[in-house]
Amino acid sequence: MTGIDKAFGGVPALRGASLRVLPGEVHAIVGQNGAGKSTLIKILTGVHRRDAGTVLWQGGSIEPKSPREAQAAGIATIYQELTLVPQRSVTENIVLGYEPRTRLGLIDWRAAEARTRAVLARFGIDIDIRRPLGRYPTAIQQLVAIGRAASMEAKLLIMDEPTSSLDEREVEVLFGVIRALRAEGTAILYVSHFLDELFEVCDGVTIMRDGRTVGESRIAATTRLDLIAAMLGRDADEIRAAGRTELSVGRAATGAVFLDAANLSAGGRLRDVSLQVRAGEIVGLAGLLGSGRTEAARAIFGLDRLSGGTIAVDGTPRRIDTPRAAIAAGMAFLTEDRKVEGIVPDLSVRENLTLALLPRLTRMGVVDEGRERRIVEGFIRSLGIKAADMDQPIRELSGGNQQKVLLGRWLATEPRLLILDEPTRGVDVGAKLEIQAIIARHVEKGCAVLLISSEFEELIEGAHGIVVLQEGRSVRRLSNPGVTEPMLIAAIAAAPGAGGA
Amino acid sequence: MTGGGLDLRRFARPLGGGVHLTVWVVLALLVLFGTLRYENFASAYNVSSFLGYNAMFVLISVGMCLVIMTGGIDLSVGSVVALGSVVAALLSPQGLAVALPAGVATGLAVGAVNAALIVGLGLPPFMATLAAMLAAKGLALILADSGTVPVDWASDFTGLGMNTVAGLLPWTILIAAAVVLVAWAVLERTSMGRTILAVGGNAEAAHLMGLKTARALVFVYVFSGACAGLAGVFLASGYGAGQPLEGAGWELAAIAAVVVGGTLLTGGMGSVPATVAGALLFGLVFNLLNFENGRGTISLSANWQSVIRGAFLLVVILLQVRLARPGGRA
Amino acid sequence: MTAAGLSAPGAPRRRRADRRLLGLAAALAALLVLNVAVTPNFLNLQTLAVNASQVATIAIVALGMTLVIASGGIDLSVGAVMAVAGALAPLIFLSPWGVANPGPGLAASVAVPLLVAAACGVFNGALVAFLGVQPIIATLILFISGRGIAQVLTNGNLQTFTNPDFTWLGTGRVLGLPVQGWIALALTLVIALVVRRTIYGRQLLAMGGNARAAALAGVPVARVTIATYTLAATLAGLAGLIVVAQNSASDAARIGQLMELDAIAAAVVGGAALTGGRAPVLGTLLGAVFIQLVGYTLIANGVPDEATLIVTAGIIVAAVRLQDGRRRG
Repeated sequence: MTGIDKAFGGVPALRGASLRVLPGEVHAIVGQNGAGKSTLIKILTGVHRRDAGTVLWQGGSIEPKSPREAQAAGIATIYQELTLVPQRSVTENIVLGYEPRTRLGLIDWRAAEARTRAVLARFGIDIDIRRPLGRYPTAIQQLVAIGRAASMEAKLLIMDEPTSSLDEREVEVLFGVIRALRAEGTAILYVSHFLDELFEVCDGVTIMRDGRTVGESRIAATTRLDLIAAMLGRDADEIRAAGRTELSVGRAATGAVFLDAANLSAGGRLRDVSLQVRAGEIVGLAGLLGSGRTEAARAIFGLDRLSGGTIAVDGTPRRIDTPRAAIAAGMAFLTEDRKVEGIVPDLSVRENLTLALLPRLTRMGVVDEGRERRIVEGFIRSLGIKAADMDQPIRELSGGNQQKVLLGRWLATEPRLLILDEPTRGVDVGAKLEIQAIIARHVEKGCAVLLISSEFEELIEGAHGIVVLQEGRSVRRLSNPGVTEPMLIAAIAAAPGAGGA
Repeated sequence: MTGGGLDLRRFARPLGGGVHLTVWVVLALLVLFGTLRYENFASAYNVSSFLGYNAMFVLISVGMCLVIMTGGIDLSVGSVVALGSVVAALLSPQGLAVALPAGVATGLAVGAVNAALIVGLGLPPFMATLAAMLAAKGLALILADSGTVPVDWASDFTGLGMNTVAGLLPWTILIAAAVVLVAWAVLERTSMGRTILAVGGNAEAAHLMGLKTARALVFVYVFSGACAGLAGVFLASGYGAGQPLEGAGWELAAIAAVVVGGTLLTGGMGSVPATVAGALLFGLVFNLLNFENGRGTISLSANWQSVIRGAFLLVVILLQVRLARPGGRA
Repeated sequence: MTAAGLSAPGAPRRRRADRRLLGLAAALAALLVLNVAVTPNFLNLQTLAVNASQVATIAIVALGMTLVIASGGIDLSVGAVMAVAGALAPLIFLSPWGVANPGPGLAASVAVPLLVAAACGVFNGALVAFLGVQPIIATLILFISGRGIAQVLTNGNLQTFTNPDFTWLGTGRVLGLPVQGWIALALTLVIALVVRRTIYGRQLLAMGGNARAAALAGVPVARVTIATYTLAATLAGLAGLIVVAQNSASDAARIGQLMELDAIAAAVVGGAALTGGRAPVLGTLLGAVFIQLVGYTLIANGVPDEATLIVTAGIIVAAVRLQDGRRRG
């Protein structure tokens, strides 16, 4: 693939991206969220159509218009989001669309089940294949997805984050399958943020950043740190210039501990996280994708049920089991995905901004619009929200401004703990600096902040302490001042078990 | 893993599997109850009239089942029954060979319109079939000149609704059974059948897997329409008249039967046989109530019947909520 | 840049909704003009009154339906609830107690049916909010059994009566126009205000627009859901009372037949999105009027009754298509 461009609604997702995979090669693609990996793959598999560039497959140019066409061409995919049908049985999910037939042309279930068992046997799985897929843990579902793709005798097998829910033993099994496929001449495109895996099983790697391909190398010729550096664009001048943040550690935090979370566990992703945040302090949560940062935030805010651990607010243990309870305890949570969990698209800027504040703005059931407008005006001013007027539908605003409105929603509740999950993601540089400045101001006034960010500059320059998460566990706490980027990267990338607490 | 309790499960699967087995059990129990309690319950007359009447509901329930499996809904079914009955009655002088296909074709046509609106224009199934329901009803009234349309008794048309095989099995139920069998076979043994289920389970995944989702969606709506049209022919043939105002609320009876049979409205799973059992179950409740009334021990007017139906549905829903919890999520 | 325009309350926000409303109003106006030109006796008070009384009941139910649709659900039970309420009222004021105490009897015959209707709404709302039952199924229960309950109460009998105090609700005139018309207008106003100005209204729209975001922001989703279904059912109960008053008769088998369809149609034409998040109250009223007027235009000009059904179907399809187009655009 060369020179691939793709834009969605005017926003470019890919700019001149490229990718080369040799037959029988296991090739990796790496990059942060939004780097364009998924989009590039979806162009290859017929989900999206490219705007520009060429795709050469086995010597000829192709332009698959549907997943079925791509599959017919010999490209099979295992997507990141589980794209199987949980209500249907394991057998069906393996054979759907390619069911073995009897002579009459009807589906031969016996043959289907035999094929399914054979496929799963490669992974050492022996389960009741008649039960609905959804009843099995995510790891099994993932392996079934992989099994399906592997059984389609494709020439190129694309795996997008295949190990995200597998344990070590299952990952080893997967690698065995990958090596076997490679030996058979199948090329594999491997996308993962678990860099260790790439070094174990891949032959080559392509690095993407901001919609472009910024590097390509043989795995043997590069190191983990090199990869991370390229992914983050450490050496690009423009990033460094914008990299200076508005967060800066002033005097050390002396406030009392507001939040004390110990040994939190929930679901599968959160295993054992402990952290403390003081008033007037910013605590950063760092880690690669999938390390459990968002899960920790959600558990603290009462969105997910804890299976273990305790939360204490202001020294008193509290049961936070709903967002309302969290808000009542003085917490606020700006989520990662503003489209899915943040904005109510049809409502206005004003209505979105005051959504969490409504109970306090209401007298006898009626919203005090005068007060509301004054508050909103204030935030529009102080946050620098660019909108035609406060009654404009929020969906018409730019991403950065939407984010500011959501930030305003939470700041309006005058929280004592502000949990921010990637607050400046998808936001232009100018708005980013403004948001950071706003956060800094509130911290100075005594607000506690738990900051999840993939932007190391934000954490290093702004956080008083950084808790590093790996695979659902808090492994280290780095204290500022004194943290440098190499230190942080090393802590994040360190193999689990190394580098003490 | 596949051992233990093997026999029962092998038995359960073709009938619809675990949850669905309950419907059959309840059905069997009620039949037993009726046979023991009421003299004429197991009589040829009762059985044949019960089956003959409920053949219509079995048909529309099966059609609805397939639609619901894709995660959609078909609110036009009741009106299509009415329309089918009117068309069939109008053509009854031409005999069964003309009137029957005509009725079915009418339903098929409405189904095709539904499919066009839903798959072609992307309208939500609720709204599209709601509009079709109104339009079909209007059409039925127009064709029938706002009255009922008496059939031509001289032709062989009424033979369909009135005659039985061996005095026990009405033709209507036999034809319905054949349709059910075909639907079941398509669902279980063809690629399109599996696509129907996949679309309901996770439409996006189905598309990414390369399945022909559009074709499956068109099929279910056309099939549902055809079933309703056929039921309309049964209606006209069995009652001697095409009735434009009958069928009101039938779509909801069909939905209830599907729900009772264990199929979830969210789509992606379900069982045709269990839906049939559900439809028969509702009909049986009525039948039993009639008998109980006849005994004079209670006096349940027709009004109570709908109350009981509703209560029945409530119980089933509560049970489903209970059952849905431990399943589903991994 | 941000200070300018802040003082203009609400006006620019309604840009998109306004355009739609304007379109509907224009269509309505065109229809009126057409009728004045073509339909005999259109402009007299009698015609107006007849139309108004027919629209009123649909509009009242449609208002409640709009709220339910705005929450992301649907309510199929409104017709049945109408029947229940309509059956209860005569039972009360015709009972021995009611006859002996006409004053309280009348009051009870209005209050009790409304309370029972509200209870039906709580039932629906609880199924949806606490048990997670889909609205179409949850409200299906009452759809199936509500009418039966009404018929059981009345023993399947048609109740006719003469009670001028009660029937005033359906036949009285204020300033020449029917009482129910004024009630419908007043309710439209009240509900519009509720949606726009109260915390409930805000939370309803937020919940319908993005349930996850709303829950995250602390909106009491269960409470809002139940309140919505209760309100819709109460309005349906009121409509039932009006119909009974209008006819001086209560026929449990007939009251509210197909009302849910009319209400949904009015709401959709008025701009409600089945996905939730929008409650165009004024639009609903106009939608109901529009559908009514279309029907009347056709009938008064000799088009058979049945054809109006087909036309309504076409209107619904067009309305949904337009809505989709607007959303994507």
